Amino acid sequence: MNGLPGFLRRLEGPQTIGRGPAFWIIFAIVLAIACAYPLFSDGYTVGNTVYFFVWVFIALSLCLIWGYGGSLSFGQTAFFGIAGYSYGILTLNFGAAYGFTLVALVLAVVIAALFALLLGYFMFFGRIAGVFLGIVTLAVTLMLERFMAQTAGPEWRVGVARLNGFNGMSAMSPLTIPWPGGDIVLFADIGLYYFVLGLLVLVYLGLRILMNSSFGNVIVAIRENPERAEMLGYDVRKYQLITFVIGAGLAGLSGVLYTVWGQYITPSSMGMTAAALPLIWVAVGGRSDLTSTVIGTLVVLAAFQALTIYGSQYALVFMGVLLVLTVLIAPNGLVLGAMNLLSRLVVHRGKGGV
Amino acid sequence: MALLELRGLNKHFGGLHVTNSVDLELEAGEIHCLIGPNGAGKSTLFRLILGEHHPGSGNILFAGENITALKSFARIDRGLSVKFQVPGVFKGLSVRQNLEIALQRQHHGVELAREIDRLLTFLNLEADQEQTAGNLSHGQKQWLEIGMAVGLKPRLLLLDEPTAGMSPEETHQTGEMVQRLNVDGMTVLAIEHDMAFVRQVAQRVTVLHLGQVFAQGSIEQIVADERVAAIYLGQAHV
Repeated sequence: MNGLPGFLRRLEGPQTIGRGPAFWIIFAIVLAIACAYPLFSDGYTVGNTVYFFVWVFIALSLCLIWGYGGSLSFGQTAFFGIAGYSYGILTLNFGAAYGFTLVALVLAVVIAALFALLLGYFMFFGRIAGVFLGIVTLAVTLMLERFMAQTAGPEWRVGVARLNGFNGMSAMSPLTIPWPGGDIVLFADIGLYYFVLGLLVLVYLGLRILMNSSFGNVIVAIRENPERAEMLGYDVRKYQLITFVIGAGLAGLSGVLYTVWGQYITPSSMGMTAAALPLIWVAVGGRSDLTSTVIGTLVVLAAFQALTIYGSQYALVFMGVLLVLTVLIAPNGLVLGAMNLLSRLVVHRGKGGV
Repeated sequence: MALLELRGLNKHFGGLHVTNSVDLELEAGEIHCLIGPNGAGKSTLFRLILGEHHPGSGNILFAGENITALKSFARIDRGLSVKFQVPGVFKGLSVRQNLEIALQRQHHGVELAREIDRLLTFLNLEADQEQTAGNLSHGQKQWLEIGMAVGLKPRLLLLDEPTAGMSPEETHQTGEMVQRLNVDGMTVLAIEHDMAFVRQVAQRVTVLHLGQVFAQGSIEQIVADERVAAIYLGQAHV
């Protein structure tokens, strides 16, 4: 990949699994299948797939903060909720004309990121680390959930948008792209599918570039040994804060897309279960790699949904078992373990053939 | 001119004075060794210089600038660098990446790759560059960390027991390396228990005892000092 501009060369590197023509051919095939898939499926299934995709962004945010950065955040769902509610409040008040829903999407993500900037500033510059970071972020999430839960009364409104407590906020506009021949409304099927797929590819490739850049080097260095990183001249807290804010933006993106998908959001999206599930997807997949996080999240989500047919409690128990098994068998993640095994086999066979 | 100046540095944890009014001047271009019995306050002094601890009172001047209130990373920016006592490499990353992280602030692109290669040769770690740093031998980890510290091209290099766990031969090589760096203009302050190493490199020696500067001079003067022999050298070393 030597002919490419510098930043594209960073699509591969020590921080991300997958390199060389073989990987990118597989990537192109998977992407082609993903693009063609709605043509061979029905609207409901496609909409359901969008639902899976929506969660991948919050999983990637955890991959970034926890897997690469080494700081376990329980608070990603807080940013998810803040952005989701922000989108609702903005579009319920200002409508969908002139492409405002897209502006609202960006604004909602920015609001979540700003909140993370404030929270992160006090945490990282207050030298809160390790398990305490998890506790503080979880507390913030649950606080937000409790707060939103008591907003059922009519006095809790922002403009015309009622917060509505556990009844949830609903009927916000779907994403609408202004178009000369009439606006394109992205309902939760094919339209939204391509939009979210596009975002997903952009975010995935963007994160690959980021993690293989000198910034990514510092992030993993801080995970490995923060004292050494500081003694190489890096302001550790600044890097942790930036990572946290980027992660919050991604979690916020998840929140907006979720709200757009169902035109609905409730406080439970910030509850204990909601906070714990992304951790499980990411841990099972393999938190220290972007690709294994994406694959793991999609597989576990699909399995989870298949199991809820027999009752959602059983599915949750299954998730717990899955987490325990991961910790016991492959602490770095089942998908990541399988990927490493596979690549070792390929390398081994390659050597044997010579 | 003194490159590093410690003036009346005090640090106490509770009632324990770990460093008690330490005054120390380091001339630019010298190799200075810090010796003394366990608990003398040597490592604490390093932590104060690096900003990991902050002194109760006293000042730290680096190249004339008062850096007492600066954060650690800012002190590194001014031209300090350290090799810790326990090897502080990034264990989960490759040897090459370890060096890249150290060097990427000063070098970019092709120049960065060339600089890493040069350092790998210098450290004799070329063959192990793709190896995970955690899998290196103890001595190799020490070398790698010295390489990272040196890669910053500091004006003052702090070495906390650089030869701990090394064979006599490796110790001697490390000494030669320190001397080479010194010839190129690097000032070195080393904490060391290994007197062979101190004899090999030290131009001046400071003995710390109970948090205070106990004696200072050339290695010959220190070795000849009966008071030093009584508290430290006489026990196990020489």
